This record gives sequence, C-alpha cells and structure tokens, in this order.
Amino acid sequence: MDMLEFVVPELDFRAILPQIILAITALTVLLTGVFSREKKGPAIGFLSLAGVALSFSAVVFSGSQTVSSFSGMLTNDSFARFISMIVCVVALLTILISINYRKISPAINSGEYYCLLLFAALGMMFMGSAGNLLMVFVALETMSISIYALAGFQKQREKSIESALKYFLLGAFASGFLLYGFALVYGATGTMDIVKIGRFLNDHPLVVHSPLLLGGVALMTVGFGFKVAMFPFHMWTPDVYEGAPTSVTAFMATGVKAAAFAALIRVFYVALGSLQVDMTQIMWVIALLTMTVGNVVAIAQSNIKRMLAYSSIAHAGYLLVGFVAGGELAISGMLFYLLGYAFMNLGAFGVIALLAKKDGEYTELSDFAGLGFKYPAMGLVMAVFMFSMAGIPPTAGFMGKFYIFTAAINSGFIWLAIFGVINSVISIYYYLRVIVTMYFKEPEQDIVMLTPTGAIILALVIAAAGVLFMGILPSSVLDIARNSTTLIM
Amino acid sequence: MMVDHQNIYLILSALLFVIGAAGAITRRNAIIVFMCIEIMLGAVNLVFLTFSRANQSVEGTFMVLFIMAVAAAEAAVGLAIFILMYRKAGSIDVDRFNIMKW
Amino acid sequence: MLTNYIPVLVMILVGVAFGVFSVVVSSNLGPLRRFKVKKEPYECGMKTQGATYVQTPIKYYVVALLFLVFDLECVFMYPWAVHYKKLGLFGFVEMMVFIAILFVCYLYVWKKGALEWE
Repeated sequence: MDMLEFVVPELDFRAILPQIILAITALTVLLTGVFSREKKGPAIGFLSLAGVALSFSAVVFSGSQTVSSFSGMLTNDSFARFISMIVCVVALLTILISINYRKISPAINSGEYYCLLLFAALGMMFMGSAGNLLMVFVALETMSISIYALAGFQKQREKSIESALKYFLLGAFASGFLLYGFALVYGATGTMDIVKIGRFLNDHPLVVHSPLLLGGVALMTVGFGFKVAMFPFHMWTPDVYEGAPTSVTAFMATGVKAAAFAALIRVFYVALGSLQVDMTQIMWVIALLTMTVGNVVAIAQSNIKRMLAYSSIAHAGYLLVGFVAGGELAISGMLFYLLGYAFMNLGAFGVIALLAKKDGEYTELSDFAGLGFKYPAMGLVMAVFMFSMAGIPPTAGFMGKFYIFTAAINSGFIWLAIFGVINSVISIYYYLRVIVTMYFKEPEQDIVMLTPTGAIILALVIAAAGVLFMGILPSSVLDIARNSTTLIM
Repeated sequence: MMVDHQNIYLILSALLFVIGAAGAITRRNAIIVFMCIEIMLGAVNLVFLTFSRANQSVEGTFMVLFIMAVAAAEAAVGLAIFILMYRKAGSIDVDRFNIMKW
Repeated sequence: MLTNYIPVLVMILVGVAFGVFSVVVSSNLGPLRRFKVKKEPYECGMKTQGATYVQTPIKYYVVALLFLVFDLECVFMYPWAVHYKKLGLFGFVEMMVFIAILFVCYLYVWKKGALEWE
C-alpha cells in the first residue's frame, strides 16, 4: 500500500476566477488601508465595491458549463453560480450600506473591515461550490472567522463585544459538531468527496442505516442547524444580530444564510440522497417549530434589530419547508427566496443604518414613530421591505413563499404548507406594526436621519427595485433559478 | 496493523469529545470554554486519523492539517475577542457579558 | 532483539527504586520541624518578592498570536516539500503564491506596528 501515491491534479483556474478576484481585492484593500494617508474618505469602500462588481461579472460571464475541477474539490455547476450571484449581490449592498454607516461608526472605515467582508464573501462563494467535505469546512470557517471579527468591530460598544463573543464561542462549538459528523460520515463511506459519498451509499444500501452514518448525519445536522439558525439551535441569533454593527448584521443575516443553505442542500441532497426519506420525517417537525418559534417570539420584541433576528429565524423555517419538500421546484423556490430575502433584509437593515447616532443607534421600534411623514421616501421603501417580509403581493417575499409552499403541497406536505401560511399571517402582525408606528404614531423624540449619501440611496433603490421586480415579474428570475437546480450527482 | 484497535481510538475520541462539549457548556471562563472547544477539535482529529488509517485514504490526514490551521486562526480571533472583553469589563467571565437576554 | 533493552529496563528500575527509597527513608528517619522559612518555595537563596500571580504584558499575546498563525502555515509546506520534485515548476509557483499572500499579511502586521515592543 502506498498512501502517498500522488498525481498532479488538473487545475482549472477559470473555474475560480470570481473567487480569485475577490481574494486579490481583499488583499489590496488591506494594504491600501495601512499604507494610504487618507483615512476618512470612502475610497476603500469604493475600491472593494469595484472588486465585487468585477467578481460579479466574472460569475455572470463564466458560461453555463458544468464542470468539476481541482480533483472534485469544486463543482462549478449552475447551482454554485446562482449562489455566487446571491453572495455578490449581498456583498455589493453591504458595502454600499457600510460606506454610509462609517459616519456612525468610524471604525468600520478601515482596510481591515472591507478585507474581512470580502474574505467572508469568498468563503460563502466557496461554500456554494464545494464538492468535498474538506472544502465545505474550510469555506465555512473562512466565512465564520471573518464574521466573528466583524461582529466585534465596534470596540467601544459592549454589546458589539458580547455579540462577537457569543457568535465566536457558539460558532466554534457548532463547527466541532459539524466536524465530528464529517468524520463519522468519512468513516462510514471511506471518502470525503460529496459525489462519491452519494454513489457509495447508492451501491451499499446496508451502510445507509449503519449507526456510524446515522450518528454522523445527526451531528452534521446540529452543526448546520447552528449556522442557519434552525430550532432548537437558534438561541444565539437575536443576541448576535442585535449587538453586531448594523451593516454586519445585514451581511450575516443574508449571506451566511444563503451560503449555509447552499452547503446544506448540496451535502444532504447529493451525498445523503439515500437518507432523504428518513431525514424529512425529522426535518418537517424542525421546519414547523423553526417558523413558529421565530414568528411568535418576534411579536414580543421592541427592538427592531432583535425583531428582524427572530424574523430571520422564521425565514429559515420557510426555507426548511422547501428543504423538506425536495425536488426541482423546491430547490428553485429556495434559491428564489434566498435572493429575495437578501434584497428585502439588506434593504430593511439599510434603513435602520440610516437612523443611527454617534454613541449607539436608534433601534427601538418606538424610535420609528412618525418617521414615515418626516422622511416619506425612507418610509416608503421600509414599507416595501416590510410588506415583502410579511409575504404580501406584489413582492419577492410573496412569490418566494408561494413557490416554496407549492412545492411542499406537490410533495405531499399539505399540513406543513398550511402551517406555513398560518405563520405568514402571524408574521403580518409584527411587520405591519413597524409601518403603523412609522405613519400613525406621534414621535416621542426628535430623531434626525443621517443625510443619505449616494451610496445608501443606491443600495436602497437596488434593494427595493429587486424586491418589486421579483414580485411583479417573478418568472424571469425563477427561470434562472430553475436552470440552477442541476447539482452534479 | 492498527486497524485492529480502531474501536479503542474511536471510544477515546468520543470520550474526549463529550468531555470537551460538557466543559464548553458548564464552564464560565471564556478561555476555558475555548480550550474545551479545542479538546473537541482534538477528538475530531483523532477520529479522522483513525479512519484515514482504516480506509487507507489520505483525505482524512489532510483534513487534520486543515483543522489544525483553522483552529489556530480561530484561536487568534478568539483571544483578540477575549482581550477586548478584558479591556472593557476587566473580566472574561462569560456570564458577565450577558446584557442582552438570551 | 528485545534483549538489547534489558539494560535500559534495569536502569529504569534502579532509578525509580532509588527515588522512592530516598524519599521514603528521608521523610521517615529525619527529624521533622516546621517553621515559616521552611515553607517558602526556595528555602535557601534570595527572599521571594511580590505575588506569584504576575500579569504578562498584552504585547506578549500579540506576538504569540502572530507566531501561532504564521507558524501553522508551515504545516502546508511539509506535504508540498515531500512532493516537490513531482510538482515541478508549477508546484513552485503555487507555493510562491501562497507565500506571497502570507507576505501581504506580514506587511500589514509590520506596518500596523504589531511587531514593535514599545
């Protein structure tokens, strides 16, 4: 036996061109941050913006071939490209929000901040295209470690430190579980390649129900559950989202969710497809509880960032309904929903980031009283985002839920779909409360909005346009999502 | 061959993992919590090496290298956060940092 | 073959036996008087000063962290070095790219002043 038999693998660098661009931009931004004398201006932000835009175009123009490169480490299929597109949109909007947010929190206008942001985006992209459990792990940690640091970026705010601490400890704890799961699956199947695991389990039905594999799958579910904020592993979400700088919260609520769901879909559908029937029996309960807990607790929140955190748990629940349903329609529905969720959530956090003051932020719901008339444009876009999150037509949120629940009904999970609709109705209460507060309540204090710069206006316009476009003309986006459901098997 | 002793290593690693997980949940000092998490990662490394040996495949061994590198990066970020905590509050007790309700 | 190790075994046994013997005998035969000086960590020599619980300067942790991170990158160079010949020029360039990325980080650390003690 020669364990170290070695062949130089075939490398296809075009397959990772978007990631290479992101990495180079990140390093350039880091060096620019320390070497340039100009510390106040938005130059660094625009530099990273250019990098992300370039990366986005590299994703769009990378063709439609389905290749597996770097000896199976990466699978460059249309699914991975769609996730990369979502990540680029998320990074783009986050940077636009951050360029404005630096007025509230000067610390984030540094090379480090944008460098970490870009590296996190890089990790998310790799998570979407990982073809090997090793790659899933490395990508996940690239993303997570960057975000641990980002969450604690406001060094003077105790809440920010607390947020970083909790996210760090629980994230590291969760990755321990994930890794143990990977190890057991590796032991049961003898390979870490996602496609090969799938084939092995097809050929060896006896292994499918071996305790080793089942234990591994259970531990992996725990690990992924932490990352996507699935019940009962959702406890960290509200604290971390409330404490982190608003721009970072927006980034992690949307980007991490998209990347983690991408990895979840690939690992569970491709590698563990043989277990799907058993998985759904547990997962549908979890999906139901995740939606319900998120929505019910969100009603009781008075802090809007906390409320959006619980709402993000609820949205993870809706996405899990799609995960349970399975099949082409469900995957395309989830991709559609992830993109729509990116637009509406980043938009909502962008509005919150406009209201912040120097030593803290206006994040209580009561702070929004009367703002709808004072700043009509802001009130209008916030209303659009809230309607979309509640799932009221004609918005992206409505169409996304429609596709996911349709897929659930088609797969026979009628009750799950009904509970999903009931949950959406519950959620309307607290989303509309934001709008009611903005338009029908007398302001308790005089709150002044930051003078919006071009960057944040652009971000909000893109987000609102995205939400409305996906709501009014959903078929164009859904067609792309439909073509993106081919995973390399 | 070591394969014959596979189960011993697996049981040892399972024990280590449980010790680490239990410590991470019950301890209140942030650094000790983090050390417990490192014990969990050590347990994972042991499993990977055992299976790498048993399956005669090199993938598991490489995974260990990556886990080690990632753990170092995690330790760097973690200690930076703990120093930040200490500067702000003069303590690294996890309970001390609980202004937000769970 | 194992017989070669018998002298080592004997040596270990003798060593352990001597250690146990001297500790047991001296604590049993010698007179036992306790007073304050005797309880100090170093009975002879200079008087101890200050608390044993000394705070290390925070700079130390920064250097230790940097060492840890850069040190572990070497882990990836060992497998590369083993296959250096097979990888050829391409492998060399790949590793140079890896080192270049590390060098960028080093430049950052240096410029940021993390390597200066004062």
